[in-house]
Amino acid sequence: MAKVAGDDAVKAETASILAGYPADRSELINILWELQDRFHHIPKAAIPLAAQKMGISQVDVMETITFYHFFTTAHTGEYTVYLNNSITSRMAGFQKIRDAFEKEAGCSFGETDKDGRIGLFETSCIGMCDQEPSALINGMPFGSLTPFSVERLVKGMREGKSVLELMGVGQDLSSDPHKLARFIAPPNIRRKGPVLLGVGYNMGESIRSALKHKPGEIIDLIKNSNLRGMGGAGFPTALKWQFCASAKGDEKYIVCNADEGEPGTFKDRVLLTEWPARVFEGMAAAAYAVGARQGYLYLRAEYRYLTPHLQRTLDELRKENLLGNSILGKSGFDFDISIRLGAGAYVCGEESALLESLEGKRGEPRNRPPFPVVVGFRGKPTVVNNVETFSLVAQIIKYGGTWFNTLGTAKSVGTKILSVSGDCGRPGVYEVEWGRKVEDLLKMFDAGNAKALQIGGPSGKTISARETARKVCFEDLATGGSMIVFGQERSMPDVAQNFIDFFAEESCGACVPCRAGNPILSDLLKTIREGRGLPEHIDQMVEWANMIKASSRCGLGQSSPNSILTSIEKFKDEYMDRIKKERGALIYDFDIKAAMKESCEVTGRTPSSH
Amino acid sequence: MPGQVTFTIDGKECKAQEGQTIVEAARANGIYVPTLCYSKYVENPVGACRSCTVKINGNNGAACINRVQEGMNIQVYTRQLEDMRKAIIEALFVEGNHFCPACEKSGDCELQAAAYRYRIMAPRFPYRFPSRHIDFSPKHLVLEHSRCILCQRCVRKIRTEDGKKVFAYHHRGAKGTVEIDPEIARTMPEELAREAADICPVGCINFKGKGFDRPIGTRKYDKEP
Repeated sequence: MAKVAGDDAVKAETASILAGYPADRSELINILWELQDRFHHIPKAAIPLAAQKMGISQVDVMETITFYHFFTTAHTGEYTVYLNNSITSRMAGFQKIRDAFEKEAGCSFGETDKDGRIGLFETSCIGMCDQEPSALINGMPFGSLTPFSVERLVKGMREGKSVLELMGVGQDLSSDPHKLARFIAPPNIRRKGPVLLGVGYNMGESIRSALKHKPGEIIDLIKNSNLRGMGGAGFPTALKWQFCASAKGDEKYIVCNADEGEPGTFKDRVLLTEWPARVFEGMAAAAYAVGARQGYLYLRAEYRYLTPHLQRTLDELRKENLLGNSILGKSGFDFDISIRLGAGAYVCGEESALLESLEGKRGEPRNRPPFPVVVGFRGKPTVVNNVETFSLVAQIIKYGGTWFNTLGTAKSVGTKILSVSGDCGRPGVYEVEWGRKVEDLLKMFDAGNAKALQIGGPSGKTISARETARKVCFEDLATGGSMIVFGQERSMPDVAQNFIDFFAEESCGACVPCRAGNPILSDLLKTIREGRGLPEHIDQMVEWANMIKASSRCGLGQSSPNSILTSIEKFKDEYMDRIKKERGALIYDFDIKAAMKESCEVTGRTPSSH
Repeated sequence: MPGQVTFTIDGKECKAQEGQTIVEAARANGIYVPTLCYSKYVENPVGACRSCTVKINGNNGAACINRVQEGMNIQVYTRQLEDMRKAIIEALFVEGNHFCPACEKSGDCELQAAAYRYRIMAPRFPYRFPSRHIDFSPKHLVLEHSRCILCQRCVRKIRTEDGKKVFAYHHRGAKGTVEIDPEIARTMPEELAREAADICPVGCINFKGKGFDRPIGTRKYDKEP
């Protein structure tokens, strides 16, 4: 049995954890992380104490706990394994690794072994798509897993090794957070570009350049650069800042969205590993422009291992007076940044859901208007941009907007960092000018055998590799940067299934079309894939998918069926191949095995085959 | 008149107070926009059910959360929108377990009324038959989760005297449920419990001891939905 702490011990430890925090709900997720780490679950006895501290009801604390994937009320084992089940992992041998873990640990996925030592669970993309199959073990990513390495890892867990020991980290490495972060998740930069990946960086240059201007001039500078947000939607950055600057508010906030959860993307991991200070300088420039004093980096839980590295970077910036009070002697320019963690929820990449999460609540997207630039964090005007956008801001301020403007296409200026994974010879990150043709990209990625490309992750589009003349830019194929290559042998309906299941899992559940519709689509696609579907089911799937798109409440629901729709559009023959060839008298989609599963289990018998 | 805006709904010119939601403004002009999660007794509409989806200057939006503006062109009754609303009601029927004949709320249920309104004989989607629990633990209430449509009315409206949430949304996606605070459930005043039961549009939050209290023919939606 697991060594579960008694209620009194839980209460005592919870009280001492809580004592370290103010009575501020926005600290709730940090507190829950401490509890989860300490007890490998959130004990029932801790909940009334946390509720009391925050001045909220227990059911309200549970609302936050149950929303996030990495918070659990059941013990997850002293070593908690979260194996990535996203499509890139599946293509790289997920099933073999899953089997190996079950065999070695002696328990099934979804539970812990009998000693409570090892717990096996699945999770969606952990930002290691260039090194699949991968898993998080107590928050540390282990990439390129093989059945052999799984055997070794489980053995190490039984011996009680620390996670760093399991990883093979020596003493020399663990003292340098940057080197350690690079060792844990190698950056894999495949193509250096002229703006972000191939340019030298000296700490402080951007803030120094910014301070030569008035705040309003900074916004003009960004405006002249035509920079658009890099999260995927492409909203003009200067306009966002302008709205925030002119919004009334005694406090304003800058939030960096480091919650890159779109399966297939991992470029923010690389930017945060290699140039975290540049991101923070971009945030400081935004703060200077709009008049904010506090910033937050909202870091996805899957990147928690970067926290020591990021904290040290913040300390260095403070030491150089690039953060803190009267930055570089400029009186009135006070700005500092804290790191806040997510806890496993894709939807929190949507900016208003992110703000809810930052306030310690469940990450349910807000209704807009009002937009976060007017009513944001704690109801105050807030700028939310992502890691890549803030990195670009820092570069534009240093080198000027005109220089940036000459790169890319008319409506997509500058460069884009692509996260490339799947069936290609060179997975990793690439910085390319906007407007590159698919043909060039496939060559660049060494993807000669490609059949299809997923642009922008599951919420984006599936295109055929034959569409060589199409271009990656806002005018044609817009993307937040995820780029997954599928080889000739891959089944597109199987890919679409993985994507729709992802959305069904990640839906916040607030609105009906997304909450009820995505599971319905998932079931229908399963029916087709298992050979029980009829031709009209494909049309139904398209019709229902369009309905979900048209009526969902936020961007997650509105984009969740994109991959099914574009996959059917481009590869309809693969769906038709799975369709039942003969129409019998029986109900088409009735799955007798599934229907009898429960009674077979109860009786311990299986029906005879005729 | 100051503060008044002029707009059109399905081609009809309407006037309303600036700042009113489309649902309120339409009703003020004698036009009914179908709703489910919206209630005039509950503040902070969420736009959860999407059955009030209308076209606002050509784009889809929920009428309960969007506000009228001068010159707005709103479409409510198009074939496409009506079919979408019907699909949403059908989706609610298949994602839960709704057995109207056996339900205490039958005849007074807003989901049932919507189904009558849209003449739903059988939903287009396959039933999912989820396994949902019944919570008898509250002092005054029985929560029949099979019937919950997650409209969040109770979550938004029902608070303790010191402003704490009594109900909250747990989990996410298809696993989403609305739960009651275990401690408050034991101690909450009868009046608050009655309010929770009344605000529930379906037969999920039931006041203990109350069963079928009105004969068929006199219930709210017996004559028309």
